[in-house]
Amino acid sequence: MGRKILFITTDQQRYDTLGVNGGILARTPVLDGLAGEGIRYERCQPTSVVCMPSRASMLTGQFPTTHGAWMNGVALAVDAPSVAENLHDAGYATALIGKAHFEPMMDPFGRFAENSLASLGIPSIEQDWFDGRRGVHRGFDYLEFATHGVMGPLHYAKWINANHPGAAAGFYPVLDAELNVNAAGGGDTGAPQVKVNGVHRDWYHTDWVAQRTISWLKRQDDDRDWFCWMSFPDPHHPWDPPKSEIGRVPWREVPLPANYPEKPNEREALIDAKARHWRAWYDGTLVSNYEAPAKWVPATLTADQVREVNALNAVEVELIDEAIGKVMKAIEAKGWVDDVDVIFTTDHGEFQGDFGFLFKGPYHVDALMRLPLIWRPARSTKPRASVVTAPVSLVSLAATFLAVAGQPAPVWVEGASLPVDDDDAHARSFESTVTEWDSALFGVDVHVRSVVTRGHLYSEYQPGTLHDGSEGELYDLADDPQQRVNRFNDPAFASVREDLHERLVEHEDRPGERAEPGVVMAPV
Amino acid sequence: MWGVITRPESIPQWFPGIDSCTVDGNHRVITTKAGLEMPEEILTNDPLLRRFAYRITAPLYKFHLGVIDVIAIGVNDSLCVYSTTAEPDVLALIIAGGTKDALVEIKRIGEELAR
Repeated sequence: MGRKILFITTDQQRYDTLGVNGGILARTPVLDGLAGEGIRYERCQPTSVVCMPSRASMLTGQFPTTHGAWMNGVALAVDAPSVAENLHDAGYATALIGKAHFEPMMDPFGRFAENSLASLGIPSIEQDWFDGRRGVHRGFDYLEFATHGVMGPLHYAKWINANHPGAAAGFYPVLDAELNVNAAGGGDTGAPQVKVNGVHRDWYHTDWVAQRTISWLKRQDDDRDWFCWMSFPDPHHPWDPPKSEIGRVPWREVPLPANYPEKPNEREALIDAKARHWRAWYDGTLVSNYEAPAKWVPATLTADQVREVNALNAVEVELIDEAIGKVMKAIEAKGWVDDVDVIFTTDHGEFQGDFGFLFKGPYHVDALMRLPLIWRPARSTKPRASVVTAPVSLVSLAATFLAVAGQPAPVWVEGASLPVDDDDAHARSFESTVTEWDSALFGVDVHVRSVVTRGHLYSEYQPGTLHDGSEGELYDLADDPQQRVNRFNDPAFASVREDLHERLVEHEDRPGERAEPGVVMAPV
Repeated sequence: MWGVITRPESIPQWFPGIDSCTVDGNHRVITTKAGLEMPEEILTNDPLLRRFAYRITAPLYKFHLGVIDVIAIGVNDSLCVYSTTAEPDVLALIIAGGTKDALVEIKRIGEELAR
């Protein structure tokens, strides 16, 4: 018997939402405890700051420009590499429970397996369409899907509509009548994507994902190794946690984020120092990407709305922490407590008021790029608690899972397994990570490449709708951890900029086979 | 190829993701693989022009116009042009992906019939 792997992801969660990372709003004792026993990463970056490319990188161990799912709405090729497939081949039982999103969600013609599986029943390897190698889909033997709302064809939506049909109306309608991300406000402050949700806590998707995970774990043979990806849709908007829980964090008592200057002229001065699409979005003259409400103007965001969004976000983070605690108890009850590696992270961050914004887009600052990452190795390995300050990337996850399973990393993996401490990071040259952004939708295209080192965050804007290829951002992470002062054109930083530019050139020129970029089939 | 497209009831054969349809005069209702029902109005079915035009009348669409032209370009060759104009943008994008798959299927059927 080897080491089992519980891979936990959330959606759109900032680094500083965990207590162990300095968060002050949500209580996260379970995750803090895992971090205390294991490895906490202080600078983990995504390969992309939107869901589909980032999640595809977790599965493939490749950057978006390699795996081909380069923006939301572009499906990861069905035959793309999958770490789950390799683990499956190594004898692991493999499951993905919760949010997958390797394929577009808007799919009226049912072209994508993720959207069809729920209609076929809960898949299992007993079904005759299991091919004996790739599992039911992408190497997973078992899949049960959920996403942010209760509409659509996924398992959770079908479950709640079948079992608690009255509860569905309590959820925020994620999309508006034109199928754009809804800008309608709610709650006490009229903040976008906020709603008081009367759903019973046990029926909310966070608890549902944990319950379904526990159910799957209980059915596993005691002696068989497994890889379970438990994927919570929260704390991604909409911010509509169960009403019974919102008293945990009274929004009126929530302090404003350090990066939310309350005076508009101060906010605007910070934004104006960045690339031009920041101000265009802020003023509502250009929405650069689908992931933010098309009809919402960030300049209208109020301090109280920031407080309420952050309060509800913290409630969702607490519910996730408690759900993870329940799953950990189930693992203990099975007698596996010493044999399970637990890895926790998210796919990308969320503005939560920084610089006057909510949501996400081609804005490569810590709000969206600095992620929580915790690895609690199996206790049987006698792990030593450590904090890794070197930059690491989600592209390393696939190789890490395979290393835990005692499997070699295949040639298609672009990221080395995660370092266990800073000495290990230094020895294996974890010096920088790259985040990519490419989008082209409804006449607006944006292309950004960013590199993060221990000392700097540097972005180059390639030619697109708003950028001519000459703009960029450079932040000194030591002197300016909030990324307020753009040093891109500062002559004192010319050599730093040159070094970081070279790192991006090296990234573009990296060896290896790349998939054909996929076709945009939907906006998300 | 035109022999297939001109029959409104044939759409499930060549549009991937459309499971079934009913036709009543100029009205067609398609049912997608995801279980959505969409009513349509057939605007043109012209054997001389070899043009089939239709409009999705589901309230979700502000506007939709689909036009399929089959143009003879040789004794055994035809060019099929499938144009879609739709609002809102999001639905236009989704339909575009569907029509792309449909063109692939129309080509396959056309080549099969030519053999």
